[in-house]
Amino acid sequence: MKANRVWKKVAGMGLVLMLSTAALAGCGGGKTSDGAAPGGQSTGAASTGTLAKIKERDKFVVGVKYDLNLFGLKDPNTGNVEGFDIDIAKAIAKKALGDENKIELKEVTSKTRIPMLKNGEIDAIVATMTITEDRKKEVDFSDVYFLAGGALLVKKDSNINSVKDLVKGTKVLTAKGSTYSKSIREKAPDSEVLEFENYAEAFTALKAGQGDALTTDNALLYGMAKQDSNYRVTDEIFTEEPYGIAINKGDTEFVTFVNDVLKELKENGEYDKIYEKWIGEKPKK
Amino acid sequence: MIDFSILFSHGDMYLEGFGNTLKASLLALVGSLILGTIFAIFRISPIRPLNWIGAAYVEFVRNIPLILVVFLFFVGLPAIGIRLNPFVAGTMGLTVYTAAFIAETIRAGIQAVPRGQTEAARSSGLTYLQTMRYVILPQAIKVVIPPMGNQFINLVKNSSVLGVIAGLDLMYFGDLVAADTFVTFDVYIFVGLFYLILTLPLSAFVGYLERRLANGR
Repeated sequence: MKANRVWKKVAGMGLVLMLSTAALAGCGGGKTSDGAAPGGQSTGAASTGTLAKIKERDKFVVGVKYDLNLFGLKDPNTGNVEGFDIDIAKAIAKKALGDENKIELKEVTSKTRIPMLKNGEIDAIVATMTITEDRKKEVDFSDVYFLAGGALLVKKDSNINSVKDLVKGTKVLTAKGSTYSKSIREKAPDSEVLEFENYAEAFTALKAGQGDALTTDNALLYGMAKQDSNYRVTDEIFTEEPYGIAINKGDTEFVTFVNDVLKELKENGEYDKIYEKWIGEKPKK
Repeated sequence: MIDFSILFSHGDMYLEGFGNTLKASLLALVGSLILGTIFAIFRISPIRPLNWIGAAYVEFVRNIPLILVVFLFFVGLPAIGIRLNPFVAGTMGLTVYTAAFIAETIRAGIQAVPRGQTEAARSSGLTYLQTMRYVILPQAIKVVIPPMGNQFINLVKNSSVLGVIAGLDLMYFGDLVAADTFVTFDVYIFVGLFYLILTLPLSAFVGYLERRLANGR
């Protein structure tokens, strides 16, 4: 126990009183969790076809998040909802109706999004929704439009680039009870894992030099790296969370349409632009 | 029914946490007793600047939340180049915080001894220090023991603040076990029992001291 030595240091120092305002404003991005899929029957939007419905009302109604930095966040000053998901949704509106502003955003949460899609309140969900086998039973998904997953946030000059670099003596920070506290112990068994109340506190501890890396969804980490340019997100993803656009089950016409839009965006470089605009770097190939 | 299997499946975590809570409590107890006594002497000393330092310390530290004091050590000190691990930072925060209360307890005890005692001692030729050592402190300590016991019991419970900065104490591991098993209520019942293992004997010891000193009256 080195405590005693340090003790004397402090006693000698008397009282060093300084308040550090390590407040981490605005990093409270919600984490996408599993949406509870209700077992109700589909209201049969597929019979008319979502695309026809959109063209008829001349507006694309889409469910997005309002509380997630970089992906779908309502700006309290302007009232506008902005983010990666919104730009993708606008691209779909542009292709379908010729005008990216013919769009209506509706706020969804991880819980409400599938029921809202099923009862026809929204045409599609573009809300950081991970494609899972369970959800595929309830809705159809487009191709992956964003590959999220577990990554590491490290100091810019750190030589940690992968979970393999988390050797003995390194410390990884995360939030209590997150799925990452388990998966990081499996992937980096030699590293010490320290868990904090939430990611804001974990980030504060990282900034105070209390750890070598912070782990969670890369989507959240990009938000933190954007706030403090002394930090970067590692390229490697050690668990995969592919985001897809959810569409009513059985509406293959609209799924194909959305996939074509995504393909076109990737081919004409528009996707890279949107990616860079929000994430701050080019997508990894 | 309470799920006792948690104790077996996560016993190592409970024990590690218990050990660290015990360690943190003991270190903070000794540390805050020393630091608190120093500041109490500052507060009643005849030297003016020492009074001010003592008063400033007590008023500042005891009027902010413990968690802020701990954060000061955890994220504040690294800003000036002193990096402590969470356990040490938490224990030091706890020490500094408790010392403010100890200082006030001791000061109150000393001042509870009637002034006439000091005057009588001084006029019979004892020095200031001798007066303190042989006349004032032996009487003050009897007044001080019960509130001091309170402070130390609070200290043990307050050590749970380490859980917030990943200080590897009982509360920290309690949170982890709860997140792992989802039987939150049961998990914290065991956490509570472990705290009682520390605080009940401490209470009993304070009671014993109280009786012993009362007999010497």
